[in-house]
Amino acid sequence: MSPTLALHDVHVLYGAIQAVKGISLEVRERELVALIGANGAGKTTTLRTISGLFRPRTGTIVYDDRDLTKLDAHDIVGLGVAQSPEGRQIFGSLSVRENLMLGATRRGRNADLGADLERVFALFPVLKERLGQAGGTLSGGEQQMLAMGRAMMAKPRLLLLDEPSLGLAPLMVGRIFEVIARLKAEGVTILLVEQNARKALEVADRAYVMETGHIALSGDARTLAANPDVEKAYLGGAAAAGQPAKGAARA
Amino acid sequence: MTTFGQQFINALSLGSIYALVAVGLAMVFGILRLINFAHGEVLMLGAFTAVFFGASGWSFPLVVLMTVIATAIVGVLMERIAYRPLRGAPDVTLLLTSLGVSIAVQNAAILFFGAQPRPFPTPAVLSQQIPLGGGLQISGANLVTILSALILMVLLTIFVTRTRMGAQMRATAENAMAARLMGIDVNVVIIVAFAIGSALAGVAAVLWGARVGRIEPLMGFVPVLKAFVATVIGGFGSIPGAVLGAYVLGFGEIFLVAFLPQELSSYRDAFVFTALIVILLIRPQGILGSTEPEKI
Repeated sequence: MSPTLALHDVHVLYGAIQAVKGISLEVRERELVALIGANGAGKTTTLRTISGLFRPRTGTIVYDDRDLTKLDAHDIVGLGVAQSPEGRQIFGSLSVRENLMLGATRRGRNADLGADLERVFALFPVLKERLGQAGGTLSGGEQQMLAMGRAMMAKPRLLLLDEPSLGLAPLMVGRIFEVIARLKAEGVTILLVEQNARKALEVADRAYVMETGHIALSGDARTLAANPDVEKAYLGGAAAAGQPAKGAARA
Repeated sequence: MTTFGQQFINALSLGSIYALVAVGLAMVFGILRLINFAHGEVLMLGAFTAVFFGASGWSFPLVVLMTVIATAIVGVLMERIAYRPLRGAPDVTLLLTSLGVSIAVQNAAILFFGAQPRPFPTPAVLSQQIPLGGGLQISGANLVTILSALILMVLLTIFVTRTRMGAQMRATAENAMAARLMGIDVNVVIIVAFAIGSALAGVAAVLWGARVGRIEPLMGFVPVLKAFVATVIGGFGSIPGAVLGAYVLGFGEIFLVAFLPQELSSYRDAFVFTALIVILLIRPQGILGSTEPEKI
């Protein structure tokens, strides 16, 4: 069976800097694949290129037998690829309900979204209580939930999650990862970018380790977690067990 | 007291025209960070359209309709030809381009229409004075101006706050990248913003023509400058701010002239701009502007 998403030798320039230098990766249906690596390794650039925000200089991004590199961002969403971006990027002046409804933009004017809203509320009950509030008044953790719920409203066949645990309190990090595990159990195909490598490798089936624009390592998530190099570089060694790789303090 | 009431009506009417122009500036600025100085030329072309159809004997409502359609098309074309190729360019580049478009359209208009002012055929209904009681009266033009601005602002508010496209527009203005990740076609949103803003400028063109009584290729400059001041006073990018700023400006101008000594009234713009500077010293972000962080 061909993979849901396949990147082949993708190069991306970010301004004058080559942020992604020829990466290839695959995500198969119902798989949860983690893309881990240090700050600045090119993980976010990779996700944004998949979503069509950046055009790769060379390489192909094939999703369901279509090359996404030729499409506009809004058409890529229309094909069922939704993203919860880094830094949440919710619409702070719009209500929680409006944020969620905008997530369903490509499903058309007449889509019946009641069941989708219920599904989002089942994952994130707090959003139901906050429906009428402006997105900007939510706490950081609630905004992350809104960003993920908003992406779910697109009814994605491929969900891209960019740093969902970034800047959140440990308790909230745990809850976000619970939801990610639940989405996986429900059969959602997910590509997860995380600096919190330990948590990411716990929930993922497979993972790719990115270093300065390259894929340095890849493989089964458990195998990678046990790899001494990965442990040393991204999991902080045995002494700092339980701590996120590079500290969650990045703004 | 009658003078005060009469001036109040004048101020309301002038503020209404400024508001119709300022809203277009604010909508486009909110999404593109573009101060579209060529918006005044949209208004000017609207006025020439109105004169053309008016002279061809069309009824007044039809003239307004044709003007609005024409200005909407002009605005959309401007975006397509001059601004879209510069998407992602620095704000200063966009600003200079809009000045360039403004000058180019003015000169093209001088070539085609000639520099001589032409009379604006104000329909008789608009020249009529309607008594309001208590010695007050309102001209048809002022009444139509105030009412149409009111109705259009209510419709615009409903559009922006209650419709799908309105939500997409607010989302795009707040965070264009996130809007694209929602599947919003930002180009469509921008086209709609230009079309609506320019259509409102078309209405303003007819009302301005009726007020001033003549039209000429450089007529767009003053209203767009005043609308710019209004949006700055109100808080740039905020539609309610632009409307509020427009009325503040309208009232400021009219009442300065009304109550200043006769020999100072020719300095009214100097007073207006002094007031602008004072307002900006106190509230640099404008009356309704927020001090949100710079967008990326």
